[in-house]
Amino acid sequence: MATELGPTPVKAPASGGTPVHHAPKGVGEDNKILSQGRWASWLLAPTIIALAVVIVYPIISAIVMSFQKDAGLDPATGLFTAGGSAGLQNYVNWIAQQCAAPAGGTVACPPGTLGGQFWSATATTFIFTVITVTLETVMGFWMAMIMARTFKGRSLVRAAVLVPWAIPTAVTAQLWLFIFDFQGIANKIFNASILWTGSEWPARWAVIIADTWKTTPFMALLILAGLQIIPAEVYEAAKVDGASAWQRFRMITLPLVKPALMVAILFRTLDALRMFDLPYILTGGANNTTTLSILVINQVRQGFNAAAALSTITFFIIFLVAFIFVRFLGANVVEQSGASAKGKK
Amino acid sequence: MKTPKFLLPVATAGILALTLSACGGGGGGGTTAGGGDAEAGLDGRGPITYVQGKDNNSVVRPMIAKWNAAHPNEKVTFKEQTDKADQQHDDLVQHFQAKDPNYDVVSVDVVWTAEFAAKGWLQPLKDKVAIDTSAMLKPTVDAATYKGTLYATPKESDGGMLYYRKDLVPTPPKTWDEMMQMCSIAKENKIGCFSGQYKQYEGLTVNASEAINSAGGSVLDKDGKPSLNTPEAKAGLENLVKAFSDGNIPKEAITYQEEESRRAFQTGNLLFLRNWPYAHSLMSSEGSSKVKDKFAVAPLPGKDGPGASSLGGHSAGISVYSKYKATAVDFIKYIASEENQKFYAIQGSLAPVLSKLYDDAALVKKLPYLPVLKTSISNAVPRPVTPFYPAVTQAIQTNSYSALKGEKSVDQALSDMQKSIESAGAGS
Repeated sequence: MATELGPTPVKAPASGGTPVHHAPKGVGEDNKILSQGRWASWLLAPTIIALAVVIVYPIISAIVMSFQKDAGLDPATGLFTAGGSAGLQNYVNWIAQQCAAPAGGTVACPPGTLGGQFWSATATTFIFTVITVTLETVMGFWMAMIMARTFKGRSLVRAAVLVPWAIPTAVTAQLWLFIFDFQGIANKIFNASILWTGSEWPARWAVIIADTWKTTPFMALLILAGLQIIPAEVYEAAKVDGASAWQRFRMITLPLVKPALMVAILFRTLDALRMFDLPYILTGGANNTTTLSILVINQVRQGFNAAAALSTITFFIIFLVAFIFVRFLGANVVEQSGASAKGKK
Repeated sequence: MKTPKFLLPVATAGILALTLSACGGGGGGGTTAGGGDAEAGLDGRGPITYVQGKDNNSVVRPMIAKWNAAHPNEKVTFKEQTDKADQQHDDLVQHFQAKDPNYDVVSVDVVWTAEFAAKGWLQPLKDKVAIDTSAMLKPTVDAATYKGTLYATPKESDGGMLYYRKDLVPTPPKTWDEMMQMCSIAKENKIGCFSGQYKQYEGLTVNASEAINSAGGSVLDKDGKPSLNTPEAKAGLENLVKAFSDGNIPKEAITYQEEESRRAFQTGNLLFLRNWPYAHSLMSSEGSSKVKDKFAVAPLPGKDGPGASSLGGHSAGISVYSKYKATAVDFIKYIASEENQKFYAIQGSLAPVLSKLYDDAALVKKLPYLPVLKTSISNAVPRPVTPFYPAVTQAIQTNSYSALKGEKSVDQALSDMQKSIESAGAGS
């Protein structure tokens, strides 16, 4: 937002001098600012309207739907009839894992219904998120450190690293499906006979490996951007003072790259929380690899309103994680660089 | 200074939420059947649109070109969807919900018919728009029928067949038990014995229902209620579980979809394979195939005779929101006509729905498996015809998968399946 308003201070010194004649036809100073404000709001309006249409409206409409019952079958005609208001029932059903009972009312969801998978899907989603983001951060950091050095063919390496990230996830998933085939390369290389997509932890590792392969470059590039704003003089000064490589990394690189690193981790975390394509294609959600997103998509085919409730719950879970992150991140930024930041600005 | 930093992730979270909620969006109403819609436009004639998934067999465009040449005032436009069944389904649902009058004739997978009919989206084909189905194979007609009313005309069928190695097994097994006994031949040759498709996906529903139906059970009874607490259903699922546990079905089959299982058979690693007819031409023509002249097909083995295949295929339905239903009816009759069915079979290897074409000498020459396929389709049982199909298939997949992996007893799996389906039918 700040960047859009940028031009205003830039213009100020020009208007302070003698009137230049390519300025708008003799408009007074106050009027000019006023009209600029109006002009700005006109310029912003399309964006705001677009955001309202594509973000606010669907979210509100999903929330409204989540309080409606799904269509039920009229036994006499065999046709669906609208369900009416559900109150909080959809939410209760997901969180307490209650399903409709044949005799009316609800029972604990039997295995094989989507309702019974809510908490296991939540757990799976978080397991995937924690493991993949950790792996990607460590490996991304390492790759970024390498790419930050000056060596022959550096731009080639940087471009090559991007390849996995550039491939669409669905294609990646299909490739890894071949690799993890029973007679695929993974088993051939390790001379093993693991049913990668056919048992619980191998299936999870298959997803984790594929995801790490795909998104580590993204982490690496974000961290690399952070590394490059660290001035070389700081390192030189530290070397002169006799700091070891490890000390330089811990006392200079890490603190200075931290803001960029935290943003990268936040992005990846939010991204990993909505993981869909990889497990969907690799395992179809079997062997406890059903993530919340897969659950939502499966539920959409069974009833929109319950799916709306589930996606609202998912929204709040992701929102909560983002919020915790920002508080944590914000606090750290203020604590570490608050004084120097104040001095600079 | 803090606000922008705060806004960024919130905006990100908002965008993420959007991606999730967008899937739920656009739902809601449109569930009560429009009696008025079904009555409107019955005499209307004019240009219409035909909607179908990707035309992999290159038959739709020539078929439509021929129609358009003969009907210059009622031209048909082809709207091609993706080649993914789930996406085709969701695309149709969205357009029906929007009451789109431009989706006149749609290609409907056999398992969607009941759902679309119960939502009131498909034109009932009765009275003025009745269609003569007497020449068609009965299971294909049953699959297009919901609560006694025909909602679409069958246009291409599909059924499972047993591929076997004729060089190792001179006469194919007629029953499941016979086949299991022949597994000793597989052991002597150090190859796997039998496989179908057992990954947790739609194909597992096909295979598990086949096992249950072949043993004399059924997933749903006539009233659409689950009937999995029977000894027959138990015997059916137990056949598969037992074959897995004693190795007659190799353990890697738990990761197989159609193509993986075909590769296993094609590289000579299986004695018997359950698959669809499409595999026939690939296995007899592909250069990498090691079984080119060494395999033949037979009907699926059952309890005392041919087993009950799950039925595949598509039907052509008319949207209740179409304005030109008279043209649409003529068009779906044309798709199901003998002339066009023959063209579909010869050009695209699609299994016809007309019974007599299976005995047509020219066709059998081109598609040698037709007589076997006729037995398969005639004995086929449509996958459960229910408007709650997505929930039913989920219940079957999840629970039979656990049973096949030995994580759950057969009794437990069937009882969970029964309860899950009951719960889906109970609505909310």
